[in-house]
Amino acid sequence: MAAKIAHADVEVGTELPAQSFPVTRATLVQYAGASGDFNPIHWNEKFAVGVGLPDVIAHGMFTMAEAVRVVTDWAVDPAAVVEYGVRFTKPVVVPNDDQGALIEVTGKVAALLDDNKVRVDLVAMSAGQKVLGMSRAVVQLG
Amino acid sequence: MALDQSLVGRSYPPTSAYEVGREKIREFAEAVGDRNPAYTDQEAAKALGHPDVIAPPTFVFTITFKAAGMVVQDPQLGLDYSRVVHGDQKFAYTRPVRAGDRLSVTSTIEAIKSMAGNDIMDIRSEVHDESGEHVVTAWMKLVARAAAEEA
Repeated sequence: MAAKIAHADVEVGTELPAQSFPVTRATLVQYAGASGDFNPIHWNEKFAVGVGLPDVIAHGMFTMAEAVRVVTDWAVDPAAVVEYGVRFTKPVVVPNDDQGALIEVTGKVAALLDDNKVRVDLVAMSAGQKVLGMSRAVVQLG
Repeated sequence: MALDQSLVGRSYPPTSAYEVGREKIREFAEAVGDRNPAYTDQEAAKALGHPDVIAPPTFVFTITFKAAGMVVQDPQLGLDYSRVVHGDQKFAYTRPVRAGDRLSVTSTIEAIKSMAGNDIMDIRSEVHDESGEHVVTAWMKLVARAAAEEA
């Protein structure tokens, strides 16, 4: 399974289309249900503050799922992602209002690898903070 | 209190099979707002060469995380889960998870370190299908923050 992008058509520095992903309290409740992660820091403000967080925070795995969409939308076939890893550096804080938070993701080709693979480095920001570190995907191109 | 280093390398028995359902994949894709048709439309998935709808890359964490419960609840380990945060996460795929898969997870403690009073543990989860073929490996780094009185 390979991406619809040809290895010959990319170079180090090629930028993937950037995307922004809104997240509200309702988003987190829906993600909790779908993922089975019901940790109250993701939906209960009182609990979150009680354990020293500024407010309810998004699931790290939610942020990880959003960030890779920049890669899978670019590749068309999500199976082109053969490796994907992140470090959770800062939480995405989600206030209880109509706006919620925004996760802004950019990505670019950082290395050309063997067998028509490339490494894409992602940057995920929320409220001016880098929320993922070492966020990298290895993608099988055509 | 530092975790028991002697548990590095310990593997836990494979979990009973988790059957991946089309509607569970759809529910997960909707929850992350991802409209890629490969997750919900069998024809679209087939056009990409997949036998059935596939799951988004991070979906398998819902299965490996549950399996890792065996590790974090191991009384010999002595992990205080209320102090644990998720540090890193990584996946390496042999193929995508797809509807109809019956997946089993084998978890192994890959490393235990202590840094600045924090306990850091790496858990590797190998995911195999019913025929024993490798599907994906997930690595999860958990960080147990130092308890207040030790800080």
